[in-house]
Amino acid sequence: MSSTDTAPVPGSGPGGSPGGTDPRPAPRKGKAPRQLRAADRLGLGSGLGLGLLMLWFSVLVLLPLAAVVVTATEGGWGTFVSVVSEADTRAALVLTVSEALGVAVVNAVVGTVIAWVLVRDDFRGKRLLEVVIDVPFALPTIVAGLVLLSLYGPRSPIGVNVVGTRTGIFLALLFVTLPFVVRTVQPVLAELDAEVEEAAASLGASQFTILRRIIIPSLVPAITAGTSLAFARAISEFGSLVLIAGNKAGETEVASLRILKYIEGDYYEKAAVVAFILLLVSALVIVALDLVSRKVAIRG
Amino acid sequence: MPLPFVRRRALLVGSLATTLAVTLAGCASAGGGGDSEDRFTIVGFAVPEAANDAIIEKFQETPEGEGVEFSGSYGASGDQSRSVLNGADADYVHFSLEGDVTRLVDADLIDADWNAGPTQGIVSSSVAVLVVEEGNPLGITGWDDLTRDDVQVVTADPASSGAARWNILAAYGAQIAAGRSEAEAEQYMVDFFDHVTTWAGSGREATEAFENGLGNVLISYENEAILTRQQGRTYDYIVPESTLLIENPGAILEDANPVAQDWLDFVLSEAGQTEFVRKGFRPVGDVDVDVEVEGANDPSDPFPVPANLLTIADDFGGWSATNEKWFDEGALYEQLRAR
Amino acid sequence: MADSRLIRQRRGPVTYALRAAVVVYLFLLVAWPVSLVADRAFRATGTHEGGFGPFVERLTDPATVYAFNLTLTVAIWAVIANTVFGVGISLLLVRYRFVGRRVLSVLVDLPLSVSPVVVGLALVLAYSSTQGWFGGTLETIGLQVIFSTPGLILATAFVSLPLVVREVVPVLEEIGTDAEQAARSLGANGRQVFWRITLPSIKWAVVYGVVLTSARSLGEFGAVKIVSSGAEFRGETATLFVHNHYQAFDEPAAYAAALVLVLISIIALVVVTYLRPKEERA
Repeated sequence: MSSTDTAPVPGSGPGGSPGGTDPRPAPRKGKAPRQLRAADRLGLGSGLGLGLLMLWFSVLVLLPLAAVVVTATEGGWGTFVSVVSEADTRAALVLTVSEALGVAVVNAVVGTVIAWVLVRDDFRGKRLLEVVIDVPFALPTIVAGLVLLSLYGPRSPIGVNVVGTRTGIFLALLFVTLPFVVRTVQPVLAELDAEVEEAAASLGASQFTILRRIIIPSLVPAITAGTSLAFARAISEFGSLVLIAGNKAGETEVASLRILKYIEGDYYEKAAVVAFILLLVSALVIVALDLVSRKVAIRG
Repeated sequence: MPLPFVRRRALLVGSLATTLAVTLAGCASAGGGGDSEDRFTIVGFAVPEAANDAIIEKFQETPEGEGVEFSGSYGASGDQSRSVLNGADADYVHFSLEGDVTRLVDADLIDADWNAGPTQGIVSSSVAVLVVEEGNPLGITGWDDLTRDDVQVVTADPASSGAARWNILAAYGAQIAAGRSEAEAEQYMVDFFDHVTTWAGSGREATEAFENGLGNVLISYENEAILTRQQGRTYDYIVPESTLLIENPGAILEDANPVAQDWLDFVLSEAGQTEFVRKGFRPVGDVDVDVEVEGANDPSDPFPVPANLLTIADDFGGWSATNEKWFDEGALYEQLRAR
Repeated sequence: MADSRLIRQRRGPVTYALRAAVVVYLFLLVAWPVSLVADRAFRATGTHEGGFGPFVERLTDPATVYAFNLTLTVAIWAVIANTVFGVGISLLLVRYRFVGRRVLSVLVDLPLSVSPVVVGLALVLAYSSTQGWFGGTLETIGLQVIFSTPGLILATAFVSLPLVVREVVPVLEEIGTDAEQAARSLGANGRQVFWRITLPSIKWAVVYGVVLTSARSLGEFGAVKIVSSGAEFRGETATLFVHNHYQAFDEPAAYAAALVLVLISIIALVVVTYLRPKEERA
């Protein structure tokens, strides 16, 4: 049984947040679920099991998130408008989304290139690169911040100081989102059939045309999936930005830090509103990713 | 499957399981839960951590303090006060502002007569100073220079930080002391706010921002300036001609560890205040502290008395009136920021 | 690795250029900064000494030991809870059919796309003694969640919840129920089928998921910052320790703890890489 990877698992949302590792998207062959038969409908024993599991899940995830949503919406439009009308909050949201978009786009390109080099090239030390790419996954975010400060902070050995600048934010986000596109594109690229490319070459297509007409289109779903993951991660990022961004309200303060400021000031409703907005954006990304993955499933 | 392969897997699983078991046992025995409940917990504002740590050491050498274990949490004064309100454990609090203690008194966490003692509840004091790069390249001499075009001020944010309020009131008070009218002083504050490039979350975060190059003049506590110099930074600081006396309250909580009163007494004693002075604070109360303060502009005369030393009580009518006038919702601070 | 025919034997300038660009990018973004952590951990700053001796002293300081112990304890509980939950939910999602199955699947993945700060906020709004929905109830039964260890465990479990599930579900789908049905037809009851057939077949997926969950749990910062008082010896985890000490002008201690966390992360990565090729062999 080969467990080589074909595509990101459908329905499994944007992945890999601070410190999570998933370098190997799980195998999925689009097999019809033969094992589900009428006899497997939920019986009493399993019902109890389901009940207990759902209790834990509710206590841990559902109730707290519901509390956020309810707190955010119980003030009605009034609270929502008053929060969004605060210039600093608007600035934080705009900054967060724009930086995340920028980083996602950069990753779409750079991640694909890195995946290309990992798959299509072979040289000594390539194995080491693989580990290096996964480091941002496994590292605690506060440590990521410290790591970047070592080289790009006030006591930098190369004299570069990006603390308190948008460049610093961009850099931190690039760091934490590094593995996403690479790890979704890599397995797809590895699975590409040589025959199609060879046929095209024998028909006289240039390398560039092969790239443009054959390779890139087959990679697009994977690139999109990875980019969505990177985007979701970027808008959620907190730990690495605490030390680097400078967190100047209205200029270098991202949404997650704005929420923290509200929480520390006991403005829970406002915090919940901003959190709700972030959740909505993440939810949109989950749905988008689900759709993309289903398209991949159809392709087979 | 070939046998050696199975054995290798078993080895891996076995070692992972053993590691898990050992670490779990290690945690349980290392007293993760039990001990820590008895620790005397100090919740303080951002800046006095080093001073309190030093006092703790000295306190543990006394008979009352022997064997007492401590735990400390430090951050922006307002935020820390609110976290105690919301359930964070504390035996003794040391905040930047009286209001942060009052908040807990109102919630019945601190006895109403906390400030009935000889120092009215104050445990540490300092003055507001201006911190600049080594050599004072901008030639800052006082508050008036802060509205110059080439000046970028770093200070803390009144929403979360105690330091911030002291700084703002000091700036305003200096204007009045210089003979300006209220309207002129208010205009100065508007200009002053325009020149603030960074509003940091706490007094310590303001220092960090300044260190990171965000701004070229830092308004901070004198003790914070001295501490950074003790830590090897080469900043200069100016004690302006007119500045505000900063008085930080300390209070014991209602159901605190029984050793709390001994602790508070020690903090106010000559031994305790000496440690504060060593870290750059000005002594409080009727004590005679005579030590050299490393890091001060003049270690043998570390605390020059400014020509005009303003106090909240005398020059601002007390904290209740000041908070009402300045920091309540929609009050003067917000109005001036908005202009 | 791609089909070897696709790895071009002719190395043109583009190949070398891409290779160089990638190496430089990774070096500047990851490798060099991470190596500097090791440097900073041993360097003298301000009144703090440098060198190996002081480094070890900082790591064996009671506050540091407590911080790592707390992190480890919290992580272990989170891993245990999420492994039990993970295997259970995976079985439920793959082997059974019920209303809302697809919705549950999406919900289980939710924690991965939620910002850690939002996680902290959510737990505070639900369980804080003063602010939370269940605050009053919890206070009555004397259970403090926020600003205490249970809160830390919840926060850590929340953020790493889906990791085991995401590993086990595909494997369960892949292997099907043949072996289980065969066992059942031979007279095995549910429990025997589970322990003797199902569990061993997903063993490696579970181990993989556990390693991922552990790494994630050890590294959580944002959510614990909100639900913990952060006081040393009471609520200061390893990550909070790094942050607090950096803020207190104690860079060497912050970098020392950071270095330990970096090493743990790299070890986790190496273990994961060791497990991965084995899967492909099977």
